[in-house]
Amino acid sequence: MTRNPAPPEAPEGNHWEELVTVALLGTARRTPPGVTAGRDAPAALLDAAAVETVRRRAGMRPGRAAARVEPAAEDARPALPPAAARRLTMLLADRPGAGSGGRRGTAPDLMELLPQWLATANRQGFAAPPQALPALLDAARGRTDLRPAVLAFAGPRALWLARLNTDWRFALRSTPGGGAALPGPEEPERMRELWEEGLFAERVALLSSIRARDAAAARDLLATTWATERAEDRLMFLDSLRTGLGAADEPFLERALADRSRNVRATAAELLSALPGSALAGRMAERAGTCVAVDRTQDTPAIVVEAPHECDPGMERDGVLPKAPAGRGERSWWLGQLVEAAPLGAWSRRLGGRTPEEIVALPVADDWQDELHAAWCRAAVRQRDPSWSRALLGTPAAPEAGGPGAVSLAERAKLLGTLGSEERAEWVAGFIAVHGLSEAFQLLGVCTVPWAGPLGRAVVDALNIARDAGSYPWSFSGVMGLAERCLDPAEAVRLEALTAVPDEPEDAAPGAGGYWAESFQRLVTTLRLREAMQSELTRA
Amino acid sequence: MTQQGVRWTADQVLALAPDTASRKAGSKLGAAGPWSEAGSSDEGTVWGLCRGSGSRPYRTVIDIADSTGPAYKCSCPSRKFPCKHALGLLLLWAGEDGTVPRGQVPKWAGEWIEGRRKRADDKRAAGAAGSPPSGDPEAARRRAERRAEWITAGAAELEQRLSDLLRGGLASAEQTGYGLWEETAARMVDAQAPGLAARVRELGAIPSSGSGWPVRLLEECALLHLLDQGWLRRERLPDGLAATVRSRIGLPGSADGPPVRDHWLVLAQYDTSDSHLTTRRIWLYGAGSGRAALVLSYGAAGRAPELALPVGLALDAEVSAYPGVGQSRAALGERFAPPAPTEFRPPGVDVARAVARYGEALRDDPWLESHPVTLGRVVPVPDGDGWQLADADGELAVPLTPAARSRSGLWRLVALSGGAPVTVFGECGHRGFSPLTAWPEGPGEAVTLC
Repeated sequence: MTRNPAPPEAPEGNHWEELVTVALLGTARRTPPGVTAGRDAPAALLDAAAVETVRRRAGMRPGRAAARVEPAAEDARPALPPAAARRLTMLLADRPGAGSGGRRGTAPDLMELLPQWLATANRQGFAAPPQALPALLDAARGRTDLRPAVLAFAGPRALWLARLNTDWRFALRSTPGGGAALPGPEEPERMRELWEEGLFAERVALLSSIRARDAAAARDLLATTWATERAEDRLMFLDSLRTGLGAADEPFLERALADRSRNVRATAAELLSALPGSALAGRMAERAGTCVAVDRTQDTPAIVVEAPHECDPGMERDGVLPKAPAGRGERSWWLGQLVEAAPLGAWSRRLGGRTPEEIVALPVADDWQDELHAAWCRAAVRQRDPSWSRALLGTPAAPEAGGPGAVSLAERAKLLGTLGSEERAEWVAGFIAVHGLSEAFQLLGVCTVPWAGPLGRAVVDALNIARDAGSYPWSFSGVMGLAERCLDPAEAVRLEALTAVPDEPEDAAPGAGGYWAESFQRLVTTLRLREAMQSELTRA
Repeated sequence: MTQQGVRWTADQVLALAPDTASRKAGSKLGAAGPWSEAGSSDEGTVWGLCRGSGSRPYRTVIDIADSTGPAYKCSCPSRKFPCKHALGLLLLWAGEDGTVPRGQVPKWAGEWIEGRRKRADDKRAAGAAGSPPSGDPEAARRRAERRAEWITAGAAELEQRLSDLLRGGLASAEQTGYGLWEETAARMVDAQAPGLAARVRELGAIPSSGSGWPVRLLEECALLHLLDQGWLRRERLPDGLAATVRSRIGLPGSADGPPVRDHWLVLAQYDTSDSHLTTRRIWLYGAGSGRAALVLSYGAAGRAPELALPVGLALDAEVSAYPGVGQSRAALGERFAPPAPTEFRPPGVDVARAVARYGEALRDDPWLESHPVTLGRVVPVPDGDGWQLADADGELAVPLTPAARSRSGLWRLVALSGGAPVTVFGECGHRGFSPLTAWPEGPGEAVTLC
């Protein structure tokens, strides 16, 4: 706002400035204009200043508007149903920093439910209420895992906001091209232009989006500039071929095996080895096959291993890293890489027509078992082979499934990832039934949400057993938290009976019963809340 | 009262929370899980049993229809008011999933409601019978005279201090610092002139307020001088202006204006607090009268004031003005119906008109910092480090105040607009515009910005 411009008859602006100058220096040093010096000069100055102050304030005029910002792009998605909008307000009121924390009690952890709420809202295709965008962006700023879902829900207006507030710049970084739709093969001009002139992040996003729709088109686009790309960029671009990897990619990857960059060569080899029919996979099968054999001279057949004695240039060209990390023997390092890259289908032929189960059950001579089984696990995950995964996982009830065996929990979780969701849930349910919850956390994390019935029941039963055994619920807080997010809301009815405070047995930990009741109450409350969230978002 | 169409929004319920911790805790209880036997009656009572950590559930009951604002009762031991259970129950009630069905008020809730309403009726009857005069009128007159003498002495002393300051020059004020002003403010408190004391305390902060401070210090000194002079010559002022001076000095007045019955839309509600007191400012707009009224409510430090009116609701009530020309302050009188959501919005004016209105208001009250106004069809526009609200259909703009620029509400406003016109209610003054509530151009709820 500009101050009142001077009325034409008197230089009022100068008058005010003169008053300020006199006030700064003091009337003892300077006399205000039109005032006699002396004892009353300060009062006269204040009188004049009071008149000027009110005059200046009353005479203020609006200023000129600054340059307008281009309005945000339209969001054509339908608005949230009112009940869902209310729920979002509640979920966001619970975000960290929006108040003090304290003991959890029986109340649900709303922030933990936000990801589910966002996923459902995005599936239903609703637009975010504009006034909720600042809170949503603040939440996503603090939690990177929330960003993709928040940005999808927040839509074009969030990107428009992010250009105005540096706190939300992450939204622009996470959305290459600032949210403008990426061109596809149907717009060859724009596509080529963006590919040749775009920023690196834009080019990666373009390549990934084309690859997801048309694998060959993406590969052709990449081939046009491959020779002139920098090594780091070649590595990132090559990585995009993981999506929709197929036999048609083999010639391109074979050429990349001769790349100047060692990392590019290794990635190309890794991708080729995930194609069991590729020439590279065949070469690796041959090499690995010469190292592993069945010894029939004993009473019971056993696997004998003869690890490679050198890493020849052919192996190196096919992506085997010659230098072992500190603490590992060179020969076992090379062996691991060969077995990992060899197609699993070849082993049955090589080892006497046995099934994966039979192969895994064979004893392995000279302590090579851990090394060999670990390499097969990596191969099963890389080649997404359920039958080998199943064999390596074994039965969930087997005693070694619970303890530290050849297959660690992390590897088991990855192996489970290659199975169908139902089989996965069943395996984990069986594992929990026999081994309890203490080792199950990682395995539960790879199961599909909401948990299938048998899995949910196994978890609840195990929690109930832990309570009866007199332990404290916070020893299971990780699983409890997971159950709150993943258990099927339909299980709430079954849980009601567990929410009462039980009579404490003599030998139980003091007070544990009350804490368990509280934990189960929170679990039931959270399940009910998730059910409400779901129906608010899906009701027609 | 009917249940149809009177449900509140989650924001409106959460606005009742005394603090952010209660907001969070209440949000978590806004789900069916811990509640049983919840219900509501057509007369505006909501009740429910909430399972806590103990063996007996808490009994929570809320009287939404109470004419003095929502009233709460809960058997939980919380000292917060309303407690998280009351907030959770209101959120549950605000939802639409049928977890709070209509029903017969249970005995325990009914007894409390009845007792409350009876007490309120008794009080009203007593009030209507004529409030008993507080003691001896002659003694009261003598007390008022004595207080006026103290204030006069205080104003004269303050004039002397201002003269000394101007004689020595404001440049020296930068060195003397805060202590001198604190001491003078304490003298004004002793003189029973809290309005003068508050202004003096603010003078002390100006020399450290950044560039341009001499101008601001001279302005505030001059206005303080004007107020002193107004008090010292109050006998010669017109009645209305004399009343304004009395209220600016900090003399208590009573809302003795004629009661105006109207549908009062709640435009904004926000709290400011110092170490002793939380002050809640509630702006109302009369749909029929077109008048804006400011209702103040106070709470002890750390406690929310009891009166809470969620933004976007409207209430059929009487409002009486406090004395003094150019004053917005009013008191809420009788309410004829509980606050209910409304589609009504205040009519907006353009930027030039909004700024001119502040200028006009200064004619009645030269000490006025800002004036309530609704801007229609304006767009928030970034302007260097700051923001402004610009006419969508013109070239003029008003800057946002520095305080408004740093509030999170600014971004709610910008997000709501998305570069398109919005309607914004706020306080417009010599520091700029402070936005408090906004509405989208099309249909949509009021969005609070403070």
